[in-house]
Amino acid sequence: MYEFLRDLDRRVIFSLMALAVAVPILLQFTPPEKATPIVRDAFETIEALDEGDRVYMAFDFDPASAGELQPMATAFVRHACEKKLKIYFTALWPVGPQFIKNAERDVISRDFPDMVYGEDFVDLGFKTGNEGVIKLVSNDLRTQYPQDARGTPIDDIPMMESVASIRDFDVIMNVSAGYPGTKEWVQYAVASAPDDVKLVAGCTGVQAPLLYPYYPQQLSGLLAAIKGAAEYESLLLGKYGRENEPGIYQEGLRRMAPQLSGHILMVGLIFVGNLVYFMARKRGEA
Amino acid sequence: MLKRTIPMLLAMAAGIVMILAYFFPWLTPLQDQTTVWFNILAAVAFILGGGNLLKVHLKKVSDRREGWAYSMITLAAFVGVLVIGLFKLGVNPLDDFPAQRMAGDFRAEGSGFWYVYEYVFAPLTATIFSMLAFYVASAAFRAFRAKNFEAILLLSTAFVILLGRTAAGVFLTDFLPEEGMLANFRLENLTVWIMNNPVTAGNRAIMIGIALGTASVSLKILLGVDRSYLGGGD
Repeated sequence: MYEFLRDLDRRVIFSLMALAVAVPILLQFTPPEKATPIVRDAFETIEALDEGDRVYMAFDFDPASAGELQPMATAFVRHACEKKLKIYFTALWPVGPQFIKNAERDVISRDFPDMVYGEDFVDLGFKTGNEGVIKLVSNDLRTQYPQDARGTPIDDIPMMESVASIRDFDVIMNVSAGYPGTKEWVQYAVASAPDDVKLVAGCTGVQAPLLYPYYPQQLSGLLAAIKGAAEYESLLLGKYGRENEPGIYQEGLRRMAPQLSGHILMVGLIFVGNLVYFMARKRGEA
Repeated sequence: MLKRTIPMLLAMAAGIVMILAYFFPWLTPLQDQTTVWFNILAAVAFILGGGNLLKVHLKKVSDRREGWAYSMITLAAFVGVLVIGLFKLGVNPLDDFPAQRMAGDFRAEGSGFWYVYEYVFAPLTATIFSMLAFYVASAAFRAFRAKNFEAILLLSTAFVILLGRTAAGVFLTDFLPEEGMLANFRLENLTVWIMNNPVTAGNRAIMIGIALGTASVSLKILLGVDRSYLGGGD
């Protein structure tokens, strides 16, 4: 047994991981989720807004991290639509605009067809410049975005009326996979007007420890990794329903099952690996 | 002069304006203007980056250096996507301008760029990222050893976080009450405590260190002491 575990082929581990991820997906098992305070705070920040309030929705991620971040992006957009908020989409990552298009197609057009482009939501598109863009929109958004992603001058867009800077938004909702992302939004947008700018964010698991120091002062709430998305979805389902409608609104919850079995496998592997290590030490092999 | 002194003076002037504007609000328009220039330069950097990519990989192909075939693939992908995007191949014209194909959105559903993104780029990047799970599992088995006290601390924290971030944490410590002192030992609460206290404290210390280091390097650049960003090995 010892020799078998010591010489365990990595392909066996890969196969175990594949099974750990695939089986819960195939069985469609969804473990229950209870929102942690940091996610609840993000939810309550949006809940506290009134119909017609403005949210600045920054999608700063790419397909590599979409597995973790797409569910929270969808949940953010759905929440804003349910609350009848005015949504201003932007992206600091070159592939971010595709996620804006997905949100328009999968959430707004499908479930909120009454929302009108230019009146209820607008796509300001991608801008290069990283934190430079954030710095500029903090003071003068109209210089940075003279037109929307469709080429319409912002003066011709009804919902852009009386929007001058980031201070005119009630909340910034950022979904971030790294640089530029939530950290830069904190450092350049929130720091420019701490009393006027509120930020809630969703981020990848590896980013979360770097962002915790900003909560709750600079970050009103944070969704960390797929668990954060699942918790937010559970709050949304509790408040606005659709729990009997599997699909994009329960993607985070659905992905918690493979995460559960994957994590248990990891713990098991670490345990067995250490067992092998101590046995080797006892035999004088380590 | 043109290569070093003027760029250095420009960098110093821009940096000083950005700092002073924090203290003198009447400088904010100048600060915004500097940021606009920065953003324009960042856009130009995309072109420079593309040119550099072409130069490096064309050289590798022409020298037939090891792995030149990968460079060919990189070049083909780069040029292919560039042509599809720039010439808006497959783009549907807007309803308002049916005769003007180039007026259509190159990212719109059904366009060539959309197909490349949706069926090549997104699956490839997602696949590479998801492979991480397999390598992390293998590494966990082979390298995560309780060799000393620090490693045991790290392992214990990893166990708590790994289990506490899933329903397993709730299930394993469900016998503990939800209220009172013992509730703190429930895995899901321990996870939150670890993230809110030791992790946050450690990260704050690192962030403060980084901030001090950044301020020091920025001052050196502003004062012209550090000129390494100009190139040339100074």
